[in-house]
Parts: sequence; structure tokens; C-alpha cells
Amino acid sequence: MKITLNIWRQANAAAKGAMQKYELDDVSEDMSFLEMLDLLNENLNEQGEDPVAFDSDCREGICGMCSLMINGQAHGPEVTTTCQLHMRSFKDGETITIEPWRAEPFPVLKDLVVDRSAFDRIIQSGGYISANTGSAPEANNLPVEKAKADRAFDVATCIGCGACVAACPNGSASLFLGAKITHLGSLPQGQPERDTRVVDMVAQHDHEGFGGCTNIGECTAACPKEIPLDVISQLNKDLRTAMKHGY
Amino acid sequence: MTETQTPATTSDAAGFFTLGDPVADTKAPAEASVPTRWEERKSHAKLVNPANRRKIKVIIVGTGLAGAAAGATLGEAGYQVESFCYQDSPRRAHSIAAQGGINAAKNYRNDGDSVYRLFYDTVKGGDFRSRESNSYRLAEVSANIIDQCVAQGVPFAREYGGLLDNRSFGGVQVSRTFYARGQTGQQLLIGAYQALERQVAAGTVTTHTRHEMLELITTEDADGQTHAKGIIVRDMVTGEIETHLGDAVVLATGGYGNVYFLSTNAMGSNVTAAWRAHRKGAYMGNPCYTQIHPTCIPVSGENQSKLTLMSESLRNDGRIWVPKKKEDCAKDPRDIPEEDRDYYLERIYPAFGNLVPRDIASRQAKYMCDDGRGVGPEVDGVRRGVYLDFADAIKRLGRDAVETKYGNLFDMYAQITAENPYEVPMRVYPAVHYVMGGLWVDYDLESNVKGLFVAGEANFSDQGANRLGASALMQGLADGYFVLPYTIANYLADSHERIDESHPAVVEAKKSVEERINHFLTVNGTRSVDSYHKELGHLMWEYCGMERTKEGLSLAIEKIRELKADFWKNVKVLGTAESLNQSLERAGRVADFFELGELMCIDALNRRESCGGHFRAESQTADGEAERIDEEFAYVAAWEWAGEDGHMPVLHKESLSYEAIEMKARSYK
Amino acid sequence: MAVTGLVFIGYVLLHMYGNLKVFAGQEAFDEYAHHLRTFGEPMLPYGGLLWVIRVVLLLSIIGHAYAAFTLWARASKARTQKYVVKKAVAATLSSKMMRWGGVTLLLFVIFHLLHFTTRTINVNGDKDSPYDRVVSSFQPEMWWVAVIYLLAMCALAMHLRHGVWSACQTLGFTNTAASRARANFAGVFLAVVIAGGFALVPLSILFGIVD
Repeated sequence: MKITLNIWRQANAAAKGAMQKYELDDVSEDMSFLEMLDLLNENLNEQGEDPVAFDSDCREGICGMCSLMINGQAHGPEVTTTCQLHMRSFKDGETITIEPWRAEPFPVLKDLVVDRSAFDRIIQSGGYISANTGSAPEANNLPVEKAKADRAFDVATCIGCGACVAACPNGSASLFLGAKITHLGSLPQGQPERDTRVVDMVAQHDHEGFGGCTNIGECTAACPKEIPLDVISQLNKDLRTAMKHGY
Repeated sequence: MTETQTPATTSDAAGFFTLGDPVADTKAPAEASVPTRWEERKSHAKLVNPANRRKIKVIIVGTGLAGAAAGATLGEAGYQVESFCYQDSPRRAHSIAAQGGINAAKNYRNDGDSVYRLFYDTVKGGDFRSRESNSYRLAEVSANIIDQCVAQGVPFAREYGGLLDNRSFGGVQVSRTFYARGQTGQQLLIGAYQALERQVAAGTVTTHTRHEMLELITTEDADGQTHAKGIIVRDMVTGEIETHLGDAVVLATGGYGNVYFLSTNAMGSNVTAAWRAHRKGAYMGNPCYTQIHPTCIPVSGENQSKLTLMSESLRNDGRIWVPKKKEDCAKDPRDIPEEDRDYYLERIYPAFGNLVPRDIASRQAKYMCDDGRGVGPEVDGVRRGVYLDFADAIKRLGRDAVETKYGNLFDMYAQITAENPYEVPMRVYPAVHYVMGGLWVDYDLESNVKGLFVAGEANFSDQGANRLGASALMQGLADGYFVLPYTIANYLADSHERIDESHPAVVEAKKSVEERINHFLTVNGTRSVDSYHKELGHLMWEYCGMERTKEGLSLAIEKIRELKADFWKNVKVLGTAESLNQSLERAGRVADFFELGELMCIDALNRRESCGGHFRAESQTADGEAERIDEEFAYVAAWEWAGEDGHMPVLHKESLSYEAIEMKARSYK
Repeated sequence: MAVTGLVFIGYVLLHMYGNLKVFAGQEAFDEYAHHLRTFGEPMLPYGGLLWVIRVVLLLSIIGHAYAAFTLWARASKARTQKYVVKKAVAATLSSKMMRWGGVTLLLFVIFHLLHFTTRTINVNGDKDSPYDRVVSSFQPEMWWVAVIYLLAMCALAMHLRHGVWSACQTLGFTNTAASRARANFAGVFLAVVIAGGFALVPLSILFGIVD
């Protein structure tokens, strides 16, 4: 396959970036998208040009390190992570535009690499169950209804990649937030901190500068783990309940 | 400790190493029986007064299960914790990719499981090359891990009654594996990550993401004993070289499987932190013990950057086969009649069938392909793949049941290969997955460098020569939550000299890091870092992979040395030191992989026996099974760095003895 | 946003009910318009209820617009550097039109008030009977008035279609697949019923069904 790439290049966080065009021959359909970029970087290295910086780590769709806005879609045209996207999803001769995630709370560090530490700070604000090591009761003392355990698992599959933010016209992280609220709120262990958790996490989310949710649904469509939009409803419900309880 | 070294003459690796003093674990209370040792150790280890803890700083490198769990727990205890990871968030450490599950001796299934049985399986699975005390403790604390994780909100699979579900996993006959669909590692890591972030909010833990450890800072005390005092890291965004000093250093940096270039490890997984510690005096234990996982998606082309593992749980219901006739290999598998299929694991190992341990399943797959009966596309003229067939399972359980159990794995397979595993059998082939070797530690998880603790896959201790399925997560969390927090206090309770940034050891360490970086950026050679890494990987896979020989290993050492010399002269790294520079990061890692690769080959060459994941072709029984040589090799090989080229590494042997279990030949027939 | 939106939905339903009185004839319609002003007498003064409603609506519009503009501002602040290429995958046309559609509706409401309430805009001779005012405004020779109203109803339909669903989501009523389907249905249903109900009047006059 022959591919034309249109890639955002930016030397560092302070620099001004611009799109740049590259041609790539010898792309095989079985390559993953990132292997295609590896190939580009090998070529650039050979030509003495600075390779394109992009994030990736596990390359099996679970660590959430890879990102990339590919032809206007977060993680590209398939419902998966960029590392699991293969070149067979593209046509020979196609032009592919690659941009970093765009959101103020996700500043670009270099080329396609962004800083997502805002997500860590949201978790710090309450995305946990306080259970010190050693203090746990016997695991089977508290049965959890299978439906609830399954629900918790389904939304706990969030990989924190930030595609929801990247795809959201409002730059909101509500899907990420809702997934964690729903995960912990579905389990009996998560109940004692349920009210404070949602209030604190929403406050941190807004403080980081993410936009508000207007329920458009681009987030869930872009989510490689298919986190459903109803976690945002759950988030709102929990917030309403917390306010009723005086938080 | 190198005073009495003698050149080794009887070993296959003679001429490549020297023999040093034996080494021994002095921390496990030998007077106590194996089952009571941990209790005994905990009862007598020194404690640190809570008021003093906030004045003590612990550096933890790596945020996988071991690192995040240790960070959270030490933070809860009130220590100042500095946590480092190269990823952009602690949540992305590669523990996240573990699929299958985590073992625990809970006996919820009432199938006769017990701490002893899990211990026994671990030691036997490790082919009697693990330290008995450590393996026992691992089994002992396994049950606490499940309690802890459930309390944190880890959504384990449950039965309709609301109680935790279990499954049977790779090579054992009880159901003791807890799981969260095919994403157990992810769920456990998120639990530990959340606990860690909770401590960040509490002010006890400071995280440093996108920071890579490039050097260990050590000093010598009055007795000539080396102590770890801190680390030198590079801020991977700004390029700044930073010094972090502390009262103890914990390395929880995972395994070094990426020395093979293609492995199931993350792209960034590397040996640098451990290797820098090794160069500063820490022994490297059993570096040649690698685990090759039998069920990975086969290599499809030369640009491939990594391999993807399909959970071992697939072997519970999938049947492995290759065609009986070579001429059938290119056929559509669905057109090959039952009588022309060779279900070779079921044939050779009727008792365990498809559930034999990983090393056996892997090696048999290699033999089938070497025999010309592999399937899938030809890569370099050989078909490297075997079928993992779910047709029977779908017939027996129904498609829906199979989908519920394995749906996400099937989807992943379809995504990567563009084949539908519900219709066509999957193709799998072994790939490097885990390393049992790692920095040598004692019962306290402390290396021979005092104040340097090593946890999780980065240490060598619990798994022996082969690890059982679902035991890596168990070890990572056991070390991080329940072992290290006790044992590290024993070191921290004593007062140790503190140094500041003007100390010569700091200045020297920082200078060496800067020089190395400067070297890479000024070589101005012609070859990319990746091209060297790939070539090294090929050598390692070819000669130090599933089957190793004296000739092959000797050749590999020679070739690695040549390649390494060329790398230092001819590598091409562009960009600057003061910016995000991914080629520069890789160059440093590959440089260390070269030295590690050489040591792995020397270790493999020296160990002229077959055990667990280490198979020497020279040491096998008449019917092709691995043959251990207990009288000669029942020891841990702890290697000491002796210096750059020309200095041979020093082998310290820790002899292994078994009190609770009788040492016998491992047989799965 | 959701709460004030629901106030408007309640109001437009009542308003539509009143409008449909046109089909009951001039007497019924004018009687209804008069009754609205005497409703609650003597507890309330003449026109009192209308003023109560007007105050509630005014507060709601202030709240609704304030929330909308705050969200809008947050969204633009959250992404100052736009994408070169951005595809919408799941967004409905309605959801994308919420902001400009809302502004359009606000302008329309002002026009509408100037037209029928304050009678500042006089399109086809000022009449004292509300019925006459309505009928004369939508005569075929004044077709552009009908067009303005019909376009506004299209905007209203789209605003309701996404607004109803979004309000349910914001209030946390859509946690299950069934409730999600219900909220979506409610959005489409209310959009069709309300906008359709309103549009019937100008259309009927335009085509001479009501004269």
C-alpha cells in the first residue's frame, strides 16, 4: 500500500506546531497503525529528520497509552485503540490525517504526545475505595449480586486513554468520570464514600478545565472499550443524591 | 565479595565467567519449619516508630502491581514515598495486560486446595529451582490478596449467588484462579493504582511520571558494605537529569523479556533500572530463566513490533492440534478430517492434555513446526503456528457460552488477524512472555546491595525455573502489599548515613548518565536503534529461546559482542537531550539489553541441565523430556558484574535444599 | 438547564393546547384568551396568572440561557486549538444545533412577543380579537410570516428532540437500556407533537382550512 500522511509536528509544549506531509510506500495491510508509524520513523531517522513522537506501550489495547486523532476520529475508524487498528482499515493511496488529542487539560508535549495527568488528579480527588492494606474482611463475607458485579466490571474496563475527551465537542471528560463513579458505586464496598466521591471528582473535573456534558454521545462512540453513555446519567443521579444528602 | 574467585573450568561456560563465594539467604529463619517461617520473620523483624516514618523516604521505581501496591501500603503506613514510572500514568504499567487470573489458596471450591498445595504446585511447576521459603510465603499470603482487592472494589467474576467465581488454570488440578473476565491484570492494577493515588491525595506519595531511572546511587559503609542511597532519573519530557535521594530504593520494574525484541511485553518494558543496579553491585539471579508462553498470536511479518498473548485460559476449552500430514498444512483446517489431525498434547500427556505447563506446551509446538507440520503463513520459509480449536467446545457448550467466557479474547484475535475464531481455529505460537530470572534477593526481598529491595517480576525469587499460570499477579501483589512493607521496615529501623547531592557518589552517577546520553547523540552512525534491537532479538530467540545448545549459546555470545561493539560505534540517534526523544530513550535501553543478553547466554551455557523454561538440548531423557541434573545444578546462579569488556562476570551459587517437599523429577505424563 | 427546560416543555404544551382552540372557532378561542386573564379571580387581579407565568418563564429563560452560555464558554475554553479534521460519529443533527438553534428560538420568542403580545409588530392590520389577529397574520398574502413561524417550529422540534433526552440524562433518569430508549422516544415524541401541534395553526390558515 501507498499512504500519504498529514501529521501534526510540534517541537515542544511551548512551540507552535503545524501539519506536515509525508509519503510512505511499502505499507502492508497486516501492519498495525503504529507499526506503520514505526516504519515512517525508521525512514525519517535514515533521512536525518527527527522521528515523530507518539505514545504507545502495551500495543495490545489495554494500557491506554496510545492516542491519536486519525482522520478526525479518536483511535481511527474502528472501535478499538490505535495500537489495535490495522492498515487493512485503510485504502491504498489514502491520505491519513493524524493529530494529537485536543483539549486544554491535555496539553501537547511534543508532536502527537499529550499530557493526561489531569485524569490522575481526578482519581486522586476520590476515585478509590479507602481500604488500607491489611484491613480487608474475608472476601466472601459480602456477596455481590452478579448483575451488579457485571455492571461494575463492564464500566471498570475504562483504560483512561482520553478518547472520550478528544472526541467530545465540549472537551468534557464526563464519560471517564462516569465510568469510575459507576464502577465504584455499583459495589457494596463503594457505598460509604459514594456521595463525597462524586462531589469531589466532579469538582476536580471542572477545575481541570474539561468542558460540560451536553449528552451528544461522541464520547461513547469513540470509546475503545465501549463504555455506555448511561454512566453519565448514573454520575448525574449520584450527584443529585449527594446534593439531597447535603453535600 | 570477589576475593576468592577462581576460573571455572568444568562448566560449559568455562572461559566466560569466574566462580565466586557461595551466597545464601540469611533472613529466612532457618530454625523454623517452612510453614512457620514467615510468621516467625514478621514477629521478629524490627519495626519503625510511626512518628519516625514520616521522616523516612522510600524511592519506588515502577508502578505495576508490586510497585503500586508497595507505594500505597508504605504511604498508608506513613512513609514518604517517591514513585517513578516511565509511562504517562502509573495506571499503564504492564501488569495491566495480564489476562487470565490470580491464584489464591482459598479453597472456595472445596476441591482440596490448601496453602501447602499451592506451595507444592509452585515449587513443582518451578521445577525445583525456586527458594522453598519464598514460595511458601507466596502461597500463604495469597488469600489476603483476594480479600484486599475485593475491599478495593476489584470487580472479580462472581457466581449467581454473589460469591466469587474460580477457574482452573494452566497445569494444576484445582480451581483456585480468581479472574475478572480476560482483564484480571487490568482490574488488579487499577485497584492498586487507585490506592496509590489515594495516598498521593493524602500527601504521603509523590508520583513522577514520564521519568526513567538511569542510575542507582550507592555508597559504601565503614564495613565495606554497599548501600543504595538514591537514583538518577531523566525527565523524559524536558530531558532534565534529576537526583532523588532516599533511605531505601525499591525496584519494581518488571521483566526484561524485550531483550528478545518481539515479546508480549510492553514496548517500553526494559531492564535498565535493574541492570544499572546490577552494575552497581546487585547480583542478577538466574537470568536465563525465561518463560515462553505457548498461546500467542503468530508473527505475521517483519515489521511486527510486538506479540500478543491469548490467555492461557483458552486451553481449558480449546484443543491444540496440527495436521498429521505435512501436505495438509496449507489446507483450510476445516477440510482436514478428524483422523488426519494430531492432538499432540492430548496424545503425549493424556493426564494433563492441553493443560500441561507452559514450557512443555511451548516446546511441543516448536517441535511440531520444526517437523514441518506447522500451520499459517510461511515466515522465512517455515510455518510457525499450531491450531487452537474451539469447534468441540462450541458444540458442547454452545456458542453463547463460549462467547461469554472468551468473547473479548476472540474479538482481539479477530481484530489482529482478520480471521473469525468462531469459524476457523485460532493459530497460536509460543512467544517470550515472562522472565523468572531477575535481581537476586533474600527472604526480605533485599538484594545484596543493602537498602535495595526488588519486588515482583524484577526479582528472581519465587517462581523457580518456570512460573505457573496466574502466579505472576499473585507474586506482584504479595510482594507489594504483604511482604515488602514488613521487611523494608527491618532495614529502615536502623539508622543509615544520609547523603546530599554534593556527595561524590551522586556527582559520579550523574556524570556517567550525562556522558552516556552525550555519547549516543554524538556517535552520528548509520543504523537506527531499532535495527540493532531487532538483530539482538533474533540472536536471543534463535540461540537462547525455547531450546538451547552449547554451540548455539557460544556462537550467540560471540555475535552479541560483535553487535554490541558495532552499536556503540555506529548507532544513529537524532534530536537533543533536552527534549522528549524516544530514540534516545531506546538507545539507553538497548545498550543494557546487549549486556544482559550476553549474561543470559553465559548463564544458559553454564546451566548444562534442562529445568522449567530452560531447556538444554544436551540434557533430555530418551523420550525428549527435560532432564534436571540436581546433583550439579540445584542452585541459584547469582551473577556479579565485574566490569566492562574483558572482565568476566562472577558466579555466586546459592544452593537450594528442600525440606517440606521431596525433590523429584517433574512429570506431567 | 434540564429543570428550566422542563418548565418550558410544560409551558409550550399548555400554549399549544390554547392555540389548537383556533379550530373550535373564534368565540371559543377569544373566550379562552379572556379566561386566561380572569383565571384565579378574585384571588388574583385581572391578568394575574399570566403575570405569574411570565415571571416564571422569564426566570427560566434567564437560568436556561445562563447555563447554556456557561457551557458554551467552558466548551470553547476546553478546546482552543481546533482539529484540522474532525468527524462526528454519533452526534445527531439536533444535538449539534442546540446552541445556534437555541439562539434562533430566543430571537423568535422576542419576535413572537412583539407580534402577538405587545402588538408592536403589526403585520396585517391590528385587530382586537385575538382570533382575528392570528388568522389575519397567517393569510397566504402574508406567507412570509407563516414561513418564519414554521421555521421556528422546526428549530423547536430539534431543540426538543435533543433537549428532552439530554434533560433525562442530566437528571439521571437513564441508567438502563429501557429508560434510555424511553428518553429517546420521549424526545422524538414531544418534538413531533409540540412542533406539529403549533404548526397546524399557521398551516391551516395558510391553506384556508381556518378563516
